[in-house]
Amino acid sequence: MESTYRQMGLSDMEYDRIKSVLGREPSLTELGMYAVLWSEHCAYKHSRKLLRTLPTTGEGILVGPGENAGAVEMGDYAIVFKIESHNHPVAIEPFQGAATGVGGIVRDILAMGARPVALLDSLRFGDPKEPRNKYLINGVVAGISAYGNAIGVPTVGGEVKFANAYSENPLCNVMCVGVVKKDRIAKGLARGPGNALMLVGARTGRDGIHGATFASEQLDETSEQKRPAVQVGDPFMEKLLIEACLELLDTPYVVGIQDMGAAGITSSVAETASRAKTGAELYLDNVPLRESGMSAYEIMLSESQERMLLIVKQGKEAEVAARCAKWGLLSAVIGRVTADGMLRVFHKGEKVAEVPVTSLTDDAPCYSLLPAPRPGTREEVPSVTDPDSTLLELLASPGISSKQWVYEQYDYMVQTNTVLRPGQDAALIRVRGTRGGIALSTDGNGRLVYLDPYEGAKAAVAEAARNVVCVGATPRAITNCLNFGNPEKPHIAYEFTQVVRGMGDACRALGTPVTGGNVSFYNETCGKAVYPTPVVGMLGVLDDILAAVTCAFKSEGDVVLLLGPDRVSFAGSELQYLQYGAPSGTPVPVDLEMEVRLQKTVLSLMKKRLVKSAHDLSEGGLAVALAECCIDQALGASVELADDTMPLPLSLFAEGPSRIIITCSPEHLHEIRRCCGEAGVPCRVLGTVVKGVLSIARAGETCLRVSVDHIISKWRG
Amino acid sequence: MMRFRARVYVMLKQTVLDPQGSAVLRALGDLGYDGIHDVRIGKIVDLSVQAEDPDEARAKVEEIAKRLLANPVLEEFSVFLEPDAAQGV
Amino acid sequence: MKFGVVVFPGSNCDADCYNAIADIPGAQVRYVWHKDRDISDLDCVVLPGGFSYGDYLRTGAIAALSPVMESVADFAKRGGLVLGICNGFQILLEAGLLPGAMRRNSTLTFICKDVYVKVERADTPFTSLYRQGQVIKMPIAHSDGNYYADQKTLDALETTGRVVFRYCDTEGLATAEHCPNGAMNNIAGIINESGNVLGLMPHPERCSEGVLGSGEDGRMLLMSCIHHLNRGR
Repeated sequence: MESTYRQMGLSDMEYDRIKSVLGREPSLTELGMYAVLWSEHCAYKHSRKLLRTLPTTGEGILVGPGENAGAVEMGDYAIVFKIESHNHPVAIEPFQGAATGVGGIVRDILAMGARPVALLDSLRFGDPKEPRNKYLINGVVAGISAYGNAIGVPTVGGEVKFANAYSENPLCNVMCVGVVKKDRIAKGLARGPGNALMLVGARTGRDGIHGATFASEQLDETSEQKRPAVQVGDPFMEKLLIEACLELLDTPYVVGIQDMGAAGITSSVAETASRAKTGAELYLDNVPLRESGMSAYEIMLSESQERMLLIVKQGKEAEVAARCAKWGLLSAVIGRVTADGMLRVFHKGEKVAEVPVTSLTDDAPCYSLLPAPRPGTREEVPSVTDPDSTLLELLASPGISSKQWVYEQYDYMVQTNTVLRPGQDAALIRVRGTRGGIALSTDGNGRLVYLDPYEGAKAAVAEAARNVVCVGATPRAITNCLNFGNPEKPHIAYEFTQVVRGMGDACRALGTPVTGGNVSFYNETCGKAVYPTPVVGMLGVLDDILAAVTCAFKSEGDVVLLLGPDRVSFAGSELQYLQYGAPSGTPVPVDLEMEVRLQKTVLSLMKKRLVKSAHDLSEGGLAVALAECCIDQALGASVELADDTMPLPLSLFAEGPSRIIITCSPEHLHEIRRCCGEAGVPCRVLGTVVKGVLSIARAGETCLRVSVDHIISKWRG
Repeated sequence: MMRFRARVYVMLKQTVLDPQGSAVLRALGDLGYDGIHDVRIGKIVDLSVQAEDPDEARAKVEEIAKRLLANPVLEEFSVFLEPDAAQGV
Repeated sequence: MKFGVVVFPGSNCDADCYNAIADIPGAQVRYVWHKDRDISDLDCVVLPGGFSYGDYLRTGAIAALSPVMESVADFAKRGGLVLGICNGFQILLEAGLLPGAMRRNSTLTFICKDVYVKVERADTPFTSLYRQGQVIKMPIAHSDGNYYADQKTLDALETTGRVVFRYCDTEGLATAEHCPNGAMNNIAGIINESGNVLGLMPHPERCSEGVLGSGEDGRMLLMSCIHHLNRGR
């Protein structure tokens, strides 16, 4: 037994705990059930305590963490959203890993009763020139494309970033957004003893048995042999599931719904019963199988994709089965809700498991972290001899250059609600039936977080919020995906602790509570961890989609303004990475009060229709941001830098928080200055929009001059 | 040197879900074909190989299949080999 | 004026087509389930885009054998208007209602973007509100839009003027360079001999509302159908 439970990833202490809960030795099936539900992936053993410190409530927050996804109020509707990682499967099989990552998060949204309306992907890879990384990138993009496109959910945004630290451990975080009438939000509750537990969708095979524990382990050279844990996605089945479940949720027959993700039947039944404070009986002989001879252990732990659990009113099973059959889906009554809080499992006439439901969901041990910071680094300062060529080099770098080759493979238009397409500061989709829309962005600069986890996390939240502000939307809430190495190591524990603290502070300041998400630890291979990468998925709301703003300069003669403070540094910047291959130094801290003032001011200027374009300054600093504004309408700008005390390279290419470039008609300049002055937001006129060329001068002398055609061709690659 | 015709069959492993096969199976049911219990879809790759002898040819093709034609995570393959009659020795 | 949008398992542009049609004054529209056979109330049948039956085996192959397709074939034979968009076009090819077949895009990837197409025939029921030779912008979103036909079929299509839409540049120049997917002769859409069955890869329903950023050129295609049907009454 000892070697068995250790193989399953349980510690001696955890095994003893199971024995004391049951008052006896567990059966093999029971042991497997505990092993998956007590895995890091399901039980958040190392992160639970800290995550409780995050703000989770606020005005208009309809559902917070703990359900299948968070929900934010928008008129009569609830906007449901969540982000989740699928890093480990992607490292093993990029195409299927990414495809099933999309499938899993879509079912989380579906389990809220919402129609999935948008997907975003936040991806991190190693150097794209290395063949293995190239293979991973192409596989992941193709997998997202194959799955998302087929189920008819538009992939409207996300980001792709590169750094050597992700070489062996790519990150694939997928965010899904759904819309449901707010009085129709579904719940993952196994209510009403006697009600039926129905499994709908794919047959159960030996897929990914112990995938949840697999996700909680470090990868090593033998990981490739553990490959049976990888599953194949069937987007066609998923599409049928979406339509059938939404149709069924419109009937009075279904009282609860839950997706079957990690740990399959075990977790979905345990979680729904635990939330409803009920119990359940399962009859595994009724589960439709794909392979013969599967044991109770295998059936309980199978992670076969495209399955949902429905809790159906007693006596209405036939009606539900008929609706499923209409969509060509299998369904089966696999159990019943009971009142006594126990989960009993029967197979081939025998009782193979009998455990208290809450012991699976609530009794996993909670571990404290032992944080210790890593020593700081001395800042390497990049050299800039020719600003023109530095700008072009940055525009052509993998992190900044056009991602059209990626998003062109995604159907970002299906459902005909996409107002702003990939490539803007944030995506914007219409909420059909209203005049409004929702703005979405994902952000998380691992380099900054690596240098300063607390400030880096603040920066991630602030930038994600700034991005939705730049298209005209008010930030409302976030979902987060926290990607880290092994938390049992002190410096990673430190990173995690500081990130959660920074994220909490930023979310409180910006009024964007955390509505859910996930934690992915053990993103390391042979002792080399990824940069700590908290990915923030931001949801913003816009009352009128016709008032949306884009980043492109609009007309010649418009005034270009820079809003926000002048605090920048090369620490963690794109240029530093480009020249030194690693981040170093101490990034500029985020002044959250300034950030809030800046965002509020820009939104109020937009409300007055004074802003013709808006763009967040991020990787590559001021020069890159200006160049990016030139691209869409092929317009340039003539800019004069007032400050000649700062070294020129710093003015042009260094990075700092809380900065936005806007343009306006000359007649509105006065009003904008007045508003910024009143709000205490620094506001400087940079210059004007002109034809054909981006030029930057200082003290009357031109220091950078590049044609817009050149900018576009370098950026497109 | 001899020339051989090699045919590589690439199939998903029996334990791996075949969405394509399942969809075709369902369609066959809709079309009224009874008694079809399983459909699995794979690929056939034909290669023309030059080698000293059948063993060398087979080894070469198996290596190619392992490295490129099949994805060992999901798929298995089998190799069939015959001398290329047209080319002879 | 009644449109029917067929829903196959895996269709995913059915609602988009429905909404685009319903937005046009005077147009009525309903869904048609793939197992229904009665479409006698309809004036125009739309086969929407998507991944019918997952597009497994071959795109459109399984959907082409659906019960509703027998009725659609009858309907077409009697002169009813049939419009196949993207996957709908692929289904029409597999069902034999239009000639040719689709191969994987020459890029071997899915492509989603706005493209320009030239209206080669403005005298069909689907295109009467365009100008002959007009260059319009429509989005494409597919993996298999690389149109193929044998030389004889291709010649017949060209000589009888059945190529209705052709990929081109903004000026209407249809060179291989402006063909996004490798389609023979830059073919984006073709019509049957009797001129009542049109298949095209671009998505008119995605460019029927300006706010979505692809213009409104697609709306004219749907309006042309209504115009034609109204004239017939």
